[in-house]
Amino acid sequence: MIRPVSPAALRWLKSLLFMVCLLPLAGVAHGVLTASIAGDPVEAMTEVSGQWALRFLLLTLSITPFRTLFKLTDLIKFRRMLGLFAFFYALCHLSVYIVFDQFFDWPEIWRDTVEKKFVFAGMLAVVLMIPLAITSTNGWIKRLGGKRWQRLHRLVYVSAVAAVVHFIWLVKADYTQPLIYAVVLILLLGYRVIRKIRKKPAVLRSRTC
Amino acid sequence: MDMLIAKKRLPEIKSSEITPKCVYRNRREFIMGGAALALGLNMTSSWAALQSESPFPKPFADAPGSLYSSDEKLTDYESVTTYNNFYEFSTDKHRPAELAKNFMARPWTISVAGECNKPRQWDIDELISKFPSEERIYRHRCVEAWSMVVPWIGFELGKLIKASEPTANAKFIEFETLHDPQRMPGQKPGFLGGTLDWPYREGLRMDEAMHPLTILTVGLYGEYLPGQNGAPLRLTVPWKYGFKGIKSIVSIRFTEQQPQNTWNLQAPSEYGFYANVNPEVDHPRWSQAKERKIGELFKQPTLMFNGYGDHVADLYSGMDLSRHF
Repeated sequence: MIRPVSPAALRWLKSLLFMVCLLPLAGVAHGVLTASIAGDPVEAMTEVSGQWALRFLLLTLSITPFRTLFKLTDLIKFRRMLGLFAFFYALCHLSVYIVFDQFFDWPEIWRDTVEKKFVFAGMLAVVLMIPLAITSTNGWIKRLGGKRWQRLHRLVYVSAVAAVVHFIWLVKADYTQPLIYAVVLILLLGYRVIRKIRKKPAVLRSRTC
Repeated sequence: MDMLIAKKRLPEIKSSEITPKCVYRNRREFIMGGAALALGLNMTSSWAALQSESPFPKPFADAPGSLYSSDEKLTDYESVTTYNNFYEFSTDKHRPAELAKNFMARPWTISVAGECNKPRQWDIDELISKFPSEERIYRHRCVEAWSMVVPWIGFELGKLIKASEPTANAKFIEFETLHDPQRMPGQKPGFLGGTLDWPYREGLRMDEAMHPLTILTVGLYGEYLPGQNGAPLRLTVPWKYGFKGIKSIVSIRFTEQQPQNTWNLQAPSEYGFYANVNPEVDHPRWSQAKERKIGELFKQPTLMFNGYGDHVADLYSGMDLSRHF
């Protein structure tokens, strides 16, 4: 067991992580503002936000396995931020679609969502994250109680599956990239399934917050 | 009417006397590399990416204009030459520009064969000098719902067809791209097998091929076609989705049967043989009603036949375009 991080160090680490998580946004914002992205800057915004939403989602899901496998208990203290950044990038991704692709044409957005399965999967992934983001505060954990809160937050599994499926369904040829995400997700979910089957006592569950 | 007045042509310089781009490009890189070495700088890779104007000679600068040209604002040179769907190099649209930078498009032979009386092998420079090129400013609509306005340089495919004297059996025309994984790295089998079934193939019905809008393209923005845009010879059919515009052509065949085309083989429910731009027939996975013109933030409505309906709609009269998509 690695010794716990001091509160001061934790504050520093969290601030640092926060800045690092903003780098993808800064990168694409710089590209758009300086007009240094050749071709379609909107496509760049869509791709960067979508990719990072998915990456943060998978990072969030990898906290539990890493904590238990490597006894890095304190990792839990970064999970909420990672999850919220997944939601933040997913919202950016959705906003680019609503503003630049559809320009607030709500009937068309609705038609697109119900008729195009990759759009539906993407919408599902974001919508499922909304209650999770809202109830991510300490207050909501208390209000719901640990057990119920945890049950609600299992929606993140569905959201992650929907996000990977969304990616697979939009590819025209060469599935290498989305399949890498799919494999990572299968490992992360598989770990949980195996642990459940083995009925190991959930060592660290009580400390979730 | 001013569109009728063709630009004046320069005195004759045979196209064969002009140094092909891949040669002078290599030479330029060599010189730049040498200069950089001498100055102790590392400036070899990104210098080209910073140009907004073409740094290359323009052998076709004085090609005459055409009545078929659009008067819309051109998409900037950099976007036209760095935002390319060319899976023979990469599935990433920004990569072909880098990967095709030194693509050698000389020597290059195009075989014309099949149902015709005058089959023959054409050297690319012979083809360029035999069929004088003009500038055709066309809208280019990708099946991915983005578009450009490109000043292509080319000649009507119909002229080559006439010179080849197709027989009465020639109902279609089939094209093939070079298949050479050494020169086109995207053709190498990837991590999960290949991307497409090489070589890339496309086809047109004979009346589509003979239509004056259909051109064989040898340049853009007055210069030789860059590698990433399909050097040295590509097809441009402005009322169809961009994937019909097969690049780096090595074979042209007249056939009696409808040829197979690569994207149709890849996903028959998503890409048809005709691939006419049609805002009313969606791609199964995304809408085709709108498009983003590169350089614009917001989308605009897509036009039937990409706005060329007056010229080509009768080619398809009586056909159910939702079935023959």
